[in-house]
Amino acid sequence: MTRYLAPLVAFAILIPVLMIGLTRDPRELPSPLLQQAAPQFELPSLRDAEQMVGSADFANQMVLLNVWATWCPGCRQEHGFMLELAKSGAIDIYGLNWRDNRREAVRWLETLGDPYVASGFDEDGRVGIDWGVYGAPETFLIDANGIVVHKHIAPLTREIWERDFVPLLSVRGEVQ
Amino acid sequence: MKVLVALVSLLATMSVAVAIDTGQAFDDPELQERYEKIIAEVRCLKCQNQTIKDSNAFLAGDLRREIRRMLEEGLNDEEIAEFLVARYGEFALYRPRLTGKTLILWLAPALLLLGGATVLWRVVQSRMALPIDDDSVEEG
Repeated sequence: MTRYLAPLVAFAILIPVLMIGLTRDPRELPSPLLQQAAPQFELPSLRDAEQMVGSADFANQMVLLNVWATWCPGCRQEHGFMLELAKSGAIDIYGLNWRDNRREAVRWLETLGDPYVASGFDEDGRVGIDWGVYGAPETFLIDANGIVVHKHIAPLTREIWERDFVPLLSVRGEVQ
Repeated sequence: MKVLVALVSLLATMSVAVAIDTGQAFDDPELQERYEKIIAEVRCLKCQNQTIKDSNAFLAGDLRREIRRMLEEGLNDEEIAEFLVARYGEFALYRPRLTGKTLILWLAPALLLLGGATVLWRVVQSRMALPIDDDSVEEG
């Protein structure tokens, strides 16, 4: 009897494991930066190459860092929500303009609106690598102690914001 | 047949003709060798089933550039692997390092082989116990 039962049991164990596997997106990689100190950076500002934008600007403050580019359709998709979020005053949003063309990026902000306090211009992708960026849009939530508390890959929507980000905001509020 | 051979040989040369990495070779052949070895074992995170050696995604180019820079700065292979893992996770390495998290990856093939061999051994043993002229299947 066991010779028939053993494969059946093995199969029964394997099925749920594979089922779980099917629901996961292999393109979404967990970031090793989570719960770690955010990488420091300083970049020329997108709008004004003379000015610098960097992690020093948002020390002691909870912020979003949004990785975007004009060549990225997902960034266009989430742009409306970014504007709404910035307008709501819930949180300051900084931009990391990743591997983009400065002129086109500025034009994008001027025609579509600019949700960012400031955007760093990461022309050669060096800062992107430090943040483990592999596909825009990516959005990091960095707390007032400079710790990366959440990372979202793919366009940000109101649903995702409320589900994944808002609880982290209130937790921090209690601590402080 | 001759045409087929000719076509296949043509195909073989094609892959050589479309080298992805257009960067200049290192002056030091030893560095070049290490560079080639590393980029052939780092995953392109944008195009996940390619190495950064095979991929022309700009992220792969950026990572090649950083690895080049680190080699020039004299970092060793372990430090370069650490750089990548700290940013992209263990997944970035096609040859994962032996750590608690990746232990299963390294042990699984041996365990599976051992399990298969055990089953095979037991089946063979039980079959050998059968009389030679008995072709009925015995319950193990």
